[in-house]
Amino acid sequence: MTTGTITRLAEQLRAELGDDAVITDRTRLRTYECDGLAQYKVTPAVVVLPRTTAQVADVVRACIAAHVPYVARGSGTGLSGGALPHADGVLVVLSQMRAVVDVDPADQRAVVQPGVINLQVTRSAAADGYYYAPDPSSQQICSIGGNVAENSGGAHCLKYGFTTNHVTGLEVVVPDGSVVRLGGRAPDPPGYDLIGAFVGSEGTLGITTEVTVRLTRAPETVRTLLAAFPSTDEAGGAVSAIIGAGVVPAAIEMMDALAIEAAEAAVHCGYPDGAGAVLIVELDGPRAEVEAHFTEVERHCDEHGAFEIRIARDEAERALFWKGRKSAFAAVGRISPDYIVQDGVIPRTALPEVLRRIAALSDGSGVRVANVFHAGDGNLHPLVLFDDAVAGQTEEAEQVSASILDLCIEHGGSITGEHGVGIDKARYMPRMYTEDDLDTMQMLRCAFDPHGLANPGKVFPTPRLCGEVPGRHKGPHPLQQAGLAEVF
Amino acid sequence: MAGEHPARDDLKKVARARLARGPKDWVGGVRTRYVATPSSTEEVAEVLRVAAQHDLAVVTRGAGTTLDWGAPPTRADLLLDTAAMAGVVDHAAGDLVVVVRAGTPVGELQDTVAAAGQRLALDVPDADATVGGTLAVSPSGPRRLLYGTARDLLIGVTFVRADGVVAKAGGRVVKNVAGYDFGKLLTGSFGTLGVITEATFRLHPLPAARRVVTVSCADATTAGRAALAVLGSQVAPTAVELDQAGDGRVQVAGLIEGVAAGVADRTRTVLDLLGRGAGDGDALPDGYGRLPFEAGGTGLKVTTALTGVGPVLAACNRLAGEHGVTITARGSAAGVLHAGLAADAEPEAVAAVVQALRAATAPLAGTVTVLTAPHAVRDLVDLWGPVPGLELMRRLKDEMDPDHRLSPGRFVGGI
Repeated sequence: MTTGTITRLAEQLRAELGDDAVITDRTRLRTYECDGLAQYKVTPAVVVLPRTTAQVADVVRACIAAHVPYVARGSGTGLSGGALPHADGVLVVLSQMRAVVDVDPADQRAVVQPGVINLQVTRSAAADGYYYAPDPSSQQICSIGGNVAENSGGAHCLKYGFTTNHVTGLEVVVPDGSVVRLGGRAPDPPGYDLIGAFVGSEGTLGITTEVTVRLTRAPETVRTLLAAFPSTDEAGGAVSAIIGAGVVPAAIEMMDALAIEAAEAAVHCGYPDGAGAVLIVELDGPRAEVEAHFTEVERHCDEHGAFEIRIARDEAERALFWKGRKSAFAAVGRISPDYIVQDGVIPRTALPEVLRRIAALSDGSGVRVANVFHAGDGNLHPLVLFDDAVAGQTEEAEQVSASILDLCIEHGGSITGEHGVGIDKARYMPRMYTEDDLDTMQMLRCAFDPHGLANPGKVFPTPRLCGEVPGRHKGPHPLQQAGLAEVF
Repeated sequence: MAGEHPARDDLKKVARARLARGPKDWVGGVRTRYVATPSSTEEVAEVLRVAAQHDLAVVTRGAGTTLDWGAPPTRADLLLDTAAMAGVVDHAAGDLVVVVRAGTPVGELQDTVAAAGQRLALDVPDADATVGGTLAVSPSGPRRLLYGTARDLLIGVTFVRADGVVAKAGGRVVKNVAGYDFGKLLTGSFGTLGVITEATFRLHPLPAARRVVTVSCADATTAGRAALAVLGSQVAPTAVELDQAGDGRVQVAGLIEGVAAGVADRTRTVLDLLGRGAGDGDALPDGYGRLPFEAGGTGLKVTTALTGVGPVLAACNRLAGEHGVTITARGSAAGVLHAGLAADAEPEAVAAVVQALRAATAPLAGTVTVLTAPHAVRDLVDLWGPVPGLELMRRLKDEMDPDHRLSPGRFVGGI
């Protein structure tokens, strides 16, 4: 890759998109050097801010012609480095495409551009009694385009599902530069489920330029309780009992003592003193259903050793319960200079065993681990605490963090439940999948992006050689010839 | 006799295999030569490797309940029967997850998990249908309104590629974003991307109580409005079905499931919403959840935006009159209806109905797929209609199955 290539590309993009939509100034470029996972930083060669689908397609076509890689970025809140720029590439920032195109309560659909903020979809539909169900903790700032790329979940996906269950249509600029519209307001478009393949593909199959989402009718009632337990063992027992009784809560969240300590320090959420674990259980739906199940939930918490149960009397108190939970990641900054937010999944029934093993890892290494998780679906978010200023602590913390992922895999779980693989976990993929599994997944990648220019280096530890049978290729790889091989 | 059929002899070295015995072993009228009945994923892999060596096109069969759906294969040398791969591998009741082999009848799967008070929240037109076949054609029924379809319930899948390589995607946890979601690509792919051998599903608790509220509406427009009223309410129905009779009357049926007290309360709300003439009971109406077409007839899947459900039913009724045919139509207020025309309906009339229905659904964002039809009808219609993204689909097929060995020609655009 020569500087000349980038300079010419930037000039071309300025001509097509206008001066104000193309950034090459070093200082301004640095604004985009990382996403929500700030430990990885790369300054992109060029940043573009397209305003229309046609402009996104122009950018992709120009990148193909110049053999330059590109990375799409929404609000930059991702936690796996999925939007980490490429040093010799173009960062396509979708934040200027933020129109709510259509809100149609009767059809229970909204059509939005990718830069629209998640919570804005809900706000656009709220007056009609609808909302957009997937609710990642970053919903006040994260974009729908990013949600599509990451298949974002949230606390309430236990009952309502993930982004993939709520997208019925996509307009996509695919890596050959063409624009494809898949699905729309009606369900089940004919052919392969390309929407299902695209959602969660982390920007490696193209760039979303418009999204049709399902709107969900707001529930008649929401009831929330906070239960304090002596330890995570009892809290975990209560979770199993609730699920085992056939209750499907909208959310069940757990925090351990260290996570509670951090949340108290940060937002003064006033959780019960002396709790070794708290559960937040939320039920929603028709009133009589919720009341019946709520009584059952209270009983299970009680029977499993809850020493205090608070029931939110109003929206303000409900918000306070959630405030501690939703601020937990950032709050950990109050009790530790540095921390790693881990994201792993285990079968729910393995929860007590895995928590004991995490505690043992922590005891053995002296690295503190605060646990916050979506207990209903076994999605753990251990926060591994360390001080980068102390020699060796970072490495130790990374070791503990990696061991936690191994625990998840050992119990039949996943290395990521909602944060994505991105740049951060590509190296763990071979622990969860065989070489054949990964090779198969990359057939999809080759079908969409044979040149490997869309967000290269993410998700997969090694790229597949598209269009060639592995082991049979001769001479240098085409990417190597194009001067791109070092990017992987 | 050994030697006469080298392909069969090689197949027999790796799995149970025999010569095809006539039309019962054919697919869509296309003659097959061999039948293999592998008993494991590994055997499927071996069978596919033998098929590649002998250049055999392969079509997979479960119970055969929807084998006539889609286009007939352009080649079908080997019928791969999944009957010997049956049974639930693991029901992790505490995790509401089940791992099941592809040849397992869905009914059997439901019986197994029901023992723990759970269900796979998926309707299949025929309980004999296998898990693998259900994934391959992805039919759906009333409960899709609340639970979605097979794609939404499948969390892990093991399959064998055309080149005999075994691959898996997903896992056995509900929440998992590691890697591409191949389960969704395989679901509804008509066996053209790989042979599914094992599947993992999320389960839901069986409800304690249920009630069905029905009303008979004079016409489709009224019925469409009634269904939308229930969808727009906060009663969270499991299903809202519409069923149109030959005279144009439409029955709307809401399925309410949950705890007894809740169901009673919500039933009253739905009775109010549906207005005069609405009644409630425990039994599901006749034909509920069944496809409105018989073997040998024409079966259509018609999709639409939610507000198009009434208009689509009205269009069916109008077109039946215009073309002198009977159209039975029923389906979900979620925007997926099925329509049937009799086996003896005039092929030209059926083709004209399909064309007119496509024109009627296009402004409603919908599509019309001909799931099955007599040969004379198939000759006159495009089964799938326009398919956006077809070029990408072709490229995917070429990557996965470059020799077009798996169910060639059965899917969209001749894939």
